[in-house]
Parts: sequence; structure tokens; C-alpha cells
Amino acid sequence: MTKNVSPLVEGRTGPWEVIIGLEVHAQVSSEAKLFSGASAAFGAGPNEHVSLVDAAMPGMLPVINRFCVEQAVRTGLGLNAQINLVSVFDRKNYFYADLPQGYQISQFKQPCVGEVSITIPLSDGTSRDIGIERLHLEQDAGKSMHDQHPSKSFIDLNRSGVALMEIVSKPDMRSAEEAAAYVSKLRAIVRFLGTCDGNMEQGSLRADCNVSVRRPGEPLGTRTETKNLNSIRFIAQAINSEVARQIEILEDGGTIVQETRLFDNTTGQTRTMRSKEDAHDYRYFPDPDLLPLKLDAAWVDHIRDTLPELPDALRARLLDQYGLSPYDASLISEDRAVAAYYETAAAGQDAKIVANWMTVELFGALNKMGLDLADSPVKPDQLGKLVGRITDGTISGRIAKDVFALMLENGADPDQVIDEKGFKQVSDTGAIEAMIDAVMAENADKVAEYRGGKDKLFGFFVGQVMKASQGQANPGVVNDLLKQKLDG
Amino acid sequence: MSDLLSLTAVAARSALDKKECSASELTAAYLKAIEDTADNNAYVAITADKATDMAKASDARLAKGEGGALEGIPVGVKDMFCTKGVETTASSQILKGFVPTYESTVTSHLWADGAVMLGKLNCDEFAMGSANETSAFGPVTNPWTATNGDLMGKALTPGGSSGGSAAAMAARSCLLAPGTDTGGSIRQPAAFCGMVGLKPTYGRCSRRGIVAFASSLDQAGPITRDVADCALMMTSMAGHDEGDSTSIDAPMPDLMAALSMGIKGMRIGIPDEYTLDGMNPEIVALWEQGRAWLEDAGASCVPVSLPHTQYALPAYYIVAPAEASSNLARYDGVRYGQRVEGATLDEMYAKTRGAGFGDEVKRRILIGTYVLSAGYYDAYYIKAQQVRRLIQQDFLTVFEQVDALLTPSTPTAAFPLGEKMDAVSMFLNDVFTVPANLAGIPAISVPSGLSSDGLPLGLQLIAPALREDTLIRGAAVIEKAAGFDHVATGAAS
Amino acid sequence: MLLPLQQLFVTRLVIRLMTIDKNTIPRIARLARLEIALERQSALSEELASILSWVEQLNALDTAEVEPLASVTGHDLPLREDKVTTGNDPDAVLSNAPEKTSNFFVVPKVVE
Repeated sequence: MTKNVSPLVEGRTGPWEVIIGLEVHAQVSSEAKLFSGASAAFGAGPNEHVSLVDAAMPGMLPVINRFCVEQAVRTGLGLNAQINLVSVFDRKNYFYADLPQGYQISQFKQPCVGEVSITIPLSDGTSRDIGIERLHLEQDAGKSMHDQHPSKSFIDLNRSGVALMEIVSKPDMRSAEEAAAYVSKLRAIVRFLGTCDGNMEQGSLRADCNVSVRRPGEPLGTRTETKNLNSIRFIAQAINSEVARQIEILEDGGTIVQETRLFDNTTGQTRTMRSKEDAHDYRYFPDPDLLPLKLDAAWVDHIRDTLPELPDALRARLLDQYGLSPYDASLISEDRAVAAYYETAAAGQDAKIVANWMTVELFGALNKMGLDLADSPVKPDQLGKLVGRITDGTISGRIAKDVFALMLENGADPDQVIDEKGFKQVSDTGAIEAMIDAVMAENADKVAEYRGGKDKLFGFFVGQVMKASQGQANPGVVNDLLKQKLDG
Repeated sequence: MSDLLSLTAVAARSALDKKECSASELTAAYLKAIEDTADNNAYVAITADKATDMAKASDARLAKGEGGALEGIPVGVKDMFCTKGVETTASSQILKGFVPTYESTVTSHLWADGAVMLGKLNCDEFAMGSANETSAFGPVTNPWTATNGDLMGKALTPGGSSGGSAAAMAARSCLLAPGTDTGGSIRQPAAFCGMVGLKPTYGRCSRRGIVAFASSLDQAGPITRDVADCALMMTSMAGHDEGDSTSIDAPMPDLMAALSMGIKGMRIGIPDEYTLDGMNPEIVALWEQGRAWLEDAGASCVPVSLPHTQYALPAYYIVAPAEASSNLARYDGVRYGQRVEGATLDEMYAKTRGAGFGDEVKRRILIGTYVLSAGYYDAYYIKAQQVRRLIQQDFLTVFEQVDALLTPSTPTAAFPLGEKMDAVSMFLNDVFTVPANLAGIPAISVPSGLSSDGLPLGLQLIAPALREDTLIRGAAVIEKAAGFDHVATGAAS
Repeated sequence: MLLPLQQLFVTRLVIRLMTIDKNTIPRIARLARLEIALERQSALSEELASILSWVEQLNALDTAEVEPLASVTGHDLPLREDKVTTGNDPDAVLSNAPEKTSNFFVVPKVVE
């Protein structure tokens, strides 16, 4: 169900509508930079991953990385967007210490990927379509450090020239939740495609948030842009704090200044970015060191043909093929590694029980242990086998939790744990009958009461037999036999 | 040998093979010539030790019979080329002290072919100028002086921007000189100094490691004493480079073979629009003479029209400063070159750039910034690029009818240094040379005669893209017919 | 004395002198981060106006249907392989730096 009604924010003087547009910068997963052969890897010493091109040495020229182009095209195709077979790299001219050329090479007038929209799920079970204006390739800037010296800033150009895909949304989002859901969705898509690692902490994926408020039905208000938000939580916080700030100013009779703002994650507030106070005049023009980028249609088709399954398709398949609940399907389709784990574990097993074990027991345990799924001591086939032992009656669900706990400790195979610990469920009717007989003999008074009509005591007898079997008796068999013996 | 300095590069290379002289002797002769002609201010750096070492290495290779095409030939390098370990400034204060850790692709080719580096040559600051007067190192004096008329006794410009290169060639203080040409910066100084200057097809020579002026127009090319040397040097300088996205991957025709191919049956266009109102009659006469020489050699000359010619200069003076304003943004005092401290980053930038750039460079940065700025971009930059397409189309159309075009190289001979000229008048020096840059096609200037004042004049041939061989064939014919064997009065001997 | 060059173009140029307001030079000088002495500004303003007036002659051409030239060479943008071929040489990168410390370039403090 697609929602068309905007959520409103109640101010002192009435309701406000929030308008949000996002510019998401996703770092292309590549070995080398967009226009130079220096490494794009994170975490080197200062100025180690810098070529003469990245440092804008006189006469050094850009040459584009084919793989980065391919990844941008792949992302465009994954978004189901139009791929522009001719695109142009422009220079965006401005001065900043971490911008060595004095311009950023970007795509302004003719981006490589055009318009599309994506559907985002919301917590109330509805969804919304969010428009994407464009996706283009551009260079990242270097990094300035302002806190190392009282009167100096230090510049590291390692990131200078790293390939970014900038994904520009339309101003279609109406709440922080929608913005968060949009970024989560984009992140899931680029991760599935393998075009960006989506690591927000390292800055591989970050967002600039354009926020304005207006009275419902009124024209758009003045917007501010909060830059470089590197977590989904910060995006939501920054939007909420900016919305509150703007509403307060407007309700006090003030006006919003169009400006660039920074988010302070210690206070959760935004503030004016002083270094960007100048009026912008980027003097875009086509970079004469480069030629128009022309893509071969057959190459684009080939990339399209080799696209992996994407989150929406996967979720639909999980619902359809495995009969999962929408909740489990969403959870499992968020990450390709999770889905792969699930599908391995579920092979030949009861898919719903596997999903339940994975999302509740496994994720709960990993969370407690502070581990990623990739580092899980329990491998997917082992989890599947454990579920198999429940469904084939070898162990009960309760015993399975004990087995699972031991598997988590040492990564052991479930069968080995069951054997070693003697957890195997007793289904041998002779042995169970003997236990029942013993329990009935010990509790002759209760047997009499039961037979006198106190049906509720049945549970007591089941409990006693299970206790006598140390939990290993098959509860189904116990039930059947008890009924026969007590009623007979 | 007694007169090493009088040998052309081809002759010197042959003398080296025949052991008539050694590379070390040749280099020593040129190092001395540099000292003898130091007054012309052509050299901004002399790398005598490096030259001596390179010459020794050349002699060793020659002894083993392994000499390259330019083995032992002494070369002076325009200061626009980055040279590893040798200060490179583009004749600008802002790059003083900059020592590249890399070598330009073009000069790498020269050294790989055995050439010997004598030093760095003066030029207009960032190659912006037509008189070599905008250099932070001061102007260069043309070794030629007037023998008649009003200009007698006056110091003349060698032209620009490759003024130091052309002057050093004319002064015989180097034997080959790579230049760069954005709007005529090889051909105009070559014409003013009686040298051959070739601007090849855009993309023939890699721009990697050449300080950028206007990226879509800049091309390196040879300045040489004669056409044969030009063919030899052009062949060495050219070549595809993966480090320059605009570099062409196409084989260079055999230019040495082209020298003797003649032009029988060729069609040469004489563009109507290059006849200007009030043009110097000497220039008109020389142009006429050139046409006769080509016809005598078996070509047929026909009038052709390039209707958008008059728009070339104004289009050029939008595109070139626009690109320059962006290309020169990197000179900010952060990573190399001069810095003037300031309290804030922006103050440091403005002071550094304010002090580091000369007036002409500042003027062009301001024009370029203006024409790209919001609200003006379409009216100026887009307009100029549209006009540029029309100019290119003009050439494509005439080259369906003719093999090459013949024009004067410059509207005048060398003019006095210090001549007061407004910007637009100075721009007009480039009126005949700029169109080839805008269209990316090759053009050559060949010394063809002397003015009544006794100053060299050049004729220009323009050919379709990739047809440098046509230029060499035509230039060889003009050279032979003109029999230009004059030597500058200020040449070393 | 007019140079031959100037003579030859006087008749050709239709000078419609553009005027440039007095804030233009400071504005573009600021964009270009160029310190321009106050006393130079009016002269530069005039020079800019005369150059802009001169290039106005392009407006005589109707270019509405003309695609701006993107490149003079006919070839497509070459694409290189995704391989690390350079880097790990901070000494070379920093060798010309006017100010540096522990492999960083150093600039006056920027207040964000």
C-alpha cells in the first residue's frame, strides 16, 4: 500500500509539513581512484595513497577508471534507472584546502544515470515512492584536520580523487523516518550490487540532507543543507533537530537562511558551517582534460544481464518460496549475507522454523557476543541441521536451545553435541511405558483423583514423566501413552 | 670540426655517427654559446652538469653503435615542460622553487632518443603572451635586429609565448627546442626569429607533464632551424600516452620520407578571409610569392573561403581564459610553489595568488572567471564553443577540396620590446595562428623571407588533422624555394 | 602611434562599450582568490569591459542550432583498468610543500 498523506509536525501555531531531499555519496568499491592509479583503500598513513594527479601537480592529467564507470552503471541498472550512453564530466570550481585542483571533477549537466523512483517500506506497514533525480560519478575531496594544532589545519589527500556515486533524490521525503528508510534501502541496494560497501562509519556512504518546512499546501520554504551525515541515526537526528529549529524560528516570526550546516553528533544539533558562508558560483564547465564518456549499449546490456538478485526481488521470493512472514522476509532481505546464510540453513528444512531460529536465537546471541554474522560460530548448515533434529523428533525444542548454546561456545556440530551430551530424545514406547508405570505407582492418589474427574492433573503427569526422562522423552509419545494408561 | 654551431640537428647527428665530432664537444660548444648570448635572457636555468653527463652517456652509446635518433643533440626546454629534478616555473613567480619529481612525456621522449638537456628557456608567464614580456624572469631579446628603417637600434621581441625557445634557436644557443602552442606560441615566435615551428594535431603530443594553460588548445611541438630538423624532432616528440585522455592513438606518417616527396598534384587553398584590410604590403607580397613557389613545384592553388575566420580570435579569448582560470586554480600555495602567509586560508590564497601571478595572468584569470560565472556562461563560454564548432566545420569543408592552406604566419614582423599595446591589439598578433588551435589541426610556420627592415617573415601551412606529412612536404618546398639562409645578427658563432 | 595591427582592426571592430559595475572586479577577484590592489581595480574594470565589448562581435552569429564543441578529437574517452599503479610515496607528494608536518600539508586554520 502506497501512502500519499504526509505526516505533519504539530507546532505551537499549527501543523507543519517537512520537505526533505537527500544527496547520498556512495564510495565506489574499487582498487584505485576514479582518475588516478593511487589506492582507494581506507586507513593508510597521511598522503600515502596519493598520486601526482591527486595532488594536482602541474601538468598531471586525469584518466578514468573503467571499473568505477561500470559500478555506476551497475548501480543505475540496479535502481532500474535510465542509463545515459553519453555523459560529460564537468569541473566544479571552488577553493578549499582539501581540493587540490581547485575544482572537483563531477557530472553536472549530463550525468551517467537518469531519473527513477524507489519504494521504501515504513514501520506502519505502508510504503512510499521516493524519486531519484540522477546518479553521477565524481571525485571525493581530501581530508582537513582542524583539531591537531591551535592555528593550523592539516591536510591529507588520501581520499582526494576516490570515486563517489552521488545519488540525488527529489524532495519527496516527509519525515526523518522516511529519510532513514530511503538511505537504508539505497544502502541495501548498493551492497547487494557490490558497488559500495555501505560502510557509513568509514564514510563510504554519507548523506547531505536538504530540509525545509512549510504550512500544508503552501509553496516550498527556504531549505538548509546539513552536510556529511555518516550514520542513519545521525540523519534522523539531524533532520529532527533541523525541523524543530526551523519551526521555532518561523513561529517566532523569523526567516530561514539558506545555508550549509554541520551536525554535531555529541549534541545532536546542527550549526552554521562558516567555511561555506560564501555565495556559491561553481562555474561548471566541461573538463577539457577529458572527453565525453560514451558507453557501449552492448556493454550496458551485459551488465544488466549479470545483475544479482536485489532486495525487493529477494524479499518477494522469501515470501513466496519459503512462506516467511513479511517481518522475517524484510529482516532477512536487508543484507545479502544474511539472506545467503538463511538460504543455506533453510535448504531441506522447515523454512519458517529456520527463520525463527535465525532472527531470534542466532541474532540475539550474536548481538550479545558482539559478533557479525560472518563470524558466527554456528555455520548455516549447522543451524539447519539443528532445526532438522527438532522436526525429526530427535530432540525437543527446549533441548535444542541447550544444544545451540553449546554450538555457540565451540562451533560444534549439533549431532555431536546431542550424542556426547546424551540429549537424544526417547521415543522408545517400552522405556516410556516403564517410566509412566513408575510415576503412576508413586502417585497412586493423584491417579485416583484424575480418574475421579480432575482432568487438569494430566499436565502434572506429563511433567513428572518428562522429569523422569530428564527431558529426553518425546513429548508426543508421552502424551499418547499417558492418555492410554490413565484412561485405560 | 670548427663550426659546430652551424650544423643543423640532422647534420650534427650525422657528424656524430661519422665521428667528426663527439656529443661532449657539441654540448660544450652550446654551453659556451649560452654564455656568449646570455644577454638575450633566453635561459632561465642552465643545467651544464646534467648536459655534460648526458653528452658523455651519448658518446658511450654512440661508441657502441647504439645512438638514438637525437643522440647527442643539445636541446633547450621551454619552462612549461616539467623536468624531473630541475626547477620548473612556467616563468611565474608563483612556481619559483618548484622542482618536479617527474618528467613530462614529451621531454622523456627526447631524452629516450638520446637528446641532451642544456637548460630551461624563458617564456611568457604560463605561456600567456605574444611578446615574451609577461615572464617573471623579464623579457627576452630577439637576436635579430632591424638593418633598415625605424626599428634600427631597437631591441625587438622574439614573440611569445615560446620567446626564449625561438630566441635561443636563433642565437644558436640550442639546436632543438620543444615549444608549446595554445594560440600561436610556437609559430609566431618561430616566424619572428627565422625558425621553423610546427604545432601538430591536437593530441599528437602528450600534454602530461606540461604546465597547462588552456587544455583544449595546448599542444607541444618543435622549433627547429630547418624543416628536416622539424620532421626529425616531431617524430620523437609525438606518441600516444595513456596518461593523457586526449592523446591520439594513431601512427605518425613517415615525416623524414615526406621531406623529399614534393607536392606535385597537391591542391593548396588560399583562404580569402586571411586577407585583412590595410594589411602590410610586404606580408601580402610574401604570401603571393609563397603561392608562386608552391605552383612552381606542381601544386595548384585555389581561393577558398573559411567564413567564420573573423570570429576565431574572440572565441579564443573566451575559451582560453576560461580554461586557464580553472587550470591555474591549483596554484594556491598549499602543495608547491610560493606562499604568502595570511591569517586565514582565504587570505593566504588571495595574497599568494595576488603576489605570485603577474598582471597578464591575473587579467586572463579574471576574464575566464567572469565568462564562466553564473548568468554569463551561456552568453560567453557556450557561445564560443558553438563558434568553435563552426570554425572547425569551415576547415573540414575546405579540406574536402584542398590538401592544405597557405597563409602568412603573422600580420607583422617582430616589433619592439616595451611597445605599449592594449590587450586586444596584443591579441591580434595571433589572428592567423589561432584558428588551427581552435580546430585542433596541424600548422607549420616556415621562414620565407626578410622584411624591408631585414627581419624574418614566415609563411604558414595548415593541414587536416593527422596530416603533419602534408605540412612537411609543403614546408620543404617553401624552404627550398625561399633559400632562407640568413642568420640572426645576435647568433653565437 | 598606432601599430599596423591596431590600424588593421579599427575599421573591423564595432565597439559597443560594455559597462561593468564597480562590484564586478571585486566579486570575480574574490571568486578567483586573487588579491587585487584597490588602485588597480578601475583600470582592470576598463580592460575587462573593452575585452568583453570586443568579444561581443560573436553575437553577430546565429548559433541557436549549433551544438557546442565538446572536443576537437574524434575519439572517445579512454578507460583504464582498475589497478593500483602509484602512491605510497608521501615524500614525493610533499617534497615541494611550503609547509608540512608529519606527512601532512599545513595551512592556516580553517574554522568549519
